[in-house]
Amino acid sequence: MNPDTFDPNFQIPAPERIGEERGSLTRIVQELVFTVDHKKLGLMYIGSGLIFFVVAGIMATLIRIQLAVPRNDFLEPDVFNRFFTMHGTAMVFLVGMPIIFGFANYLVPLMIGARDMAFPRLNAFGFWVFFFSGLLLYFSYLGAPGLYAAGSAPDVGWFAYSPLTAKAFSRGHSTDYWTLSLLMGGIGSIATSINIIVTILCLRCKGMILGRMPLFVWLFLVVAFLVIIAMPPLSACQIMLILDRFAGAKFFDTQAGGSAVLWQHFFWIFGHPEVYILILPGFAIASEVIPVFSRKPIFGYPVMVAASVMIAFISLGVWAHHMFSVGMTSIGNTFFAISTLLVAIPTGIKIFNWIGTMYGGKLRFELPMLFCLAFLFQFLIAGLTGVMLAIAPFDWQLTDSYFVVAHFHYVLIGGLLFTIFAGIYYWYPKALGRMPDFRLGLLHFILFTVGFHITFFPQHIAGFLGMPRRIYTYDTGRGWDIWNLISSIGVIFQAAGILFFVINLIYSYVWGKKAGDDPWDAWSLEWATTSPPPSYNFETIPEVRSRRPLWDLKHPDDPDWKYE
Amino acid sequence: MTTAAAQPTDWKLPSTRKVAVITLIVTESALFSIFLVAYLFYMGKSLNAPFPSQVLEFPLLATIALLSSSVTIVFSEKALHAGKKGAFHLWWAITIALGAYFLWFTAMEWKHLIFEKDLTLATNVFGTTFYSLVGLHASHVIIGLFLLTLVLVLSLLGKVPADHTEHLEMISWYWHFVDAIWIVVVTVVYIISIRY
Repeated sequence: MNPDTFDPNFQIPAPERIGEERGSLTRIVQELVFTVDHKKLGLMYIGSGLIFFVVAGIMATLIRIQLAVPRNDFLEPDVFNRFFTMHGTAMVFLVGMPIIFGFANYLVPLMIGARDMAFPRLNAFGFWVFFFSGLLLYFSYLGAPGLYAAGSAPDVGWFAYSPLTAKAFSRGHSTDYWTLSLLMGGIGSIATSINIIVTILCLRCKGMILGRMPLFVWLFLVVAFLVIIAMPPLSACQIMLILDRFAGAKFFDTQAGGSAVLWQHFFWIFGHPEVYILILPGFAIASEVIPVFSRKPIFGYPVMVAASVMIAFISLGVWAHHMFSVGMTSIGNTFFAISTLLVAIPTGIKIFNWIGTMYGGKLRFELPMLFCLAFLFQFLIAGLTGVMLAIAPFDWQLTDSYFVVAHFHYVLIGGLLFTIFAGIYYWYPKALGRMPDFRLGLLHFILFTVGFHITFFPQHIAGFLGMPRRIYTYDTGRGWDIWNLISSIGVIFQAAGILFFVINLIYSYVWGKKAGDDPWDAWSLEWATTSPPPSYNFETIPEVRSRRPLWDLKHPDDPDWKYE
Repeated sequence: MTTAAAQPTDWKLPSTRKVAVITLIVTESALFSIFLVAYLFYMGKSLNAPFPSQVLEFPLLATIALLSSSVTIVFSEKALHAGKKGAFHLWWAITIALGAYFLWFTAMEWKHLIFEKDLTLATNVFGTTFYSLVGLHASHVIIGLFLLTLVLVLSLLGKVPADHTEHLEMISWYWHFVDAIWIVVVTVVYIISIRY
């Protein structure tokens, strides 16, 4: 129930006044701390995710400065280890996860015609648990030395292979901060995902049968199911690691018959579905943006849903392709190679369907569409290198090389981050009531796209030439110099792009054009209410008769439900 | 799709509580399965004694107690639906007593293992996986007992509204889940691994 209804003095503002009042700073902070409103929590998720993104991005920049030239001593080796660990951990758990949950929080209730999430307080709990898990991770810089005066931030890599995390090899408390932070963040993610599932299944407005839900909602239903199945293994890993480190348990103690490979299995049972937890929301955003800017309904809606479910299902059985080089049986290698190759089928279906949506459409190259187009090309490259790495013998050659680094940055930046930018530009007018500035956005798009490819494409080649990941420096004359230098130069463009992005967010908030309810002429329900939406979302709960309810409202002479 | 089908006359959605508890059970099952796999993986891989065959005894009474508590909680719910408050309280209290007996049994078993058999979490991989798996289950029993006791106290104080039967049903679902997990745990730990 909306907390506002308990306020006896509460008055519904007149429609034209909604979104105009912008209170003082203390008022805003108070609201943010007390709120259980899904829209505010969604924006808080995205906002704090972007802050962590900038911090982890600065770490990546420093890493690239260190690697720009051979035999560089810009960063100490220890500092370098901490930076790539913190960069990876933060980008996955403090940037990717909160931003996708932010989108889910903000948009799922609006898209299904609900007034809030099913459990608003659980929702606030999920956010604050995530937020403090992030602070806990970064507090390690101050807190981890502890009484031992050993260690600082975690330096064991984002997948923290055993036995590197054992007490003997990771002294001090840096790994403890890492493991507690991830355990905590996992609890928040599971709580939020349960909330998303319940909201989608139980709070749909009248007529919003599953087959009429926007693909965005469908994909987040799949993502939430993946989270509740894949996140507990991570939590189990962390519990085991905590028991090992604090209570002398033997889970990963190879001298007592424990197995270091078991950690790898358990971590990747979480870790691989996690990749799909991160990329399916990217698909979700693309599936909303591409149809609207092609002026056509999505091509092959049922197939898109089926492909999403298939991806999620297959992703639960591919984890050991991260472990081809640990020496599994050839049956194991073959199984995981084939299951990994299978993922390419539903993913390919999706790419063809997006192209099918654009085919014959009246394309509008607005900012969200530009980022989605770049996403299609870049994700295709990421998928192709993924198929290459799925071949076990190929992987033996290139595992833990910069080829892998290039591959997953093409997935997570070229795939996820580009769609996140598309989503932010697409729903910015809805959330803040102002249009994002096109020129600044175009500069952001061009600089970031160019910088992204300059940075990460040469890393494929460096990987082919045998450059291992996570080395803090390298000798000259191995053929890696030029590729690393190019790669580091690309960071300048990316950083400039991000700068224009941040400027755009602030500039448009203050000086942007008033957006109106439906600036993109879209079809899903979030555009049927005001921008920004009132805390109760809809004055009257809408009734849905087709997959494009707003189209039906706008075109009563030619509604979709006549044809579906 | 015809237009008639496009306009559902009655719009029914599943209960939020039921879906939430089912998803919670799914996610808890995933957590348990990892600890079960760890136990199975390390079966027979301990480098030093004590081994399961030397120290484990089938917890017959505790298993009977926990499994029958799943039956008594159903009786309790039936009594509530029939409007018999007294019978509801009685069966609910019996459920708590059976759960508490199970927990007490586990405590005594652990005391026996730790002080007489020298098996702790840090002894060997059997100790590690045994205490973490059984302990994970026991912690769920504790949560369940806390919820059950809370309901009993509130109900005796008359603070449970009549329309909250679904809330109680959710607790009983969770309790059934804890019992079902025990069947798996007891099979793996006390029947399969006892050979090693």
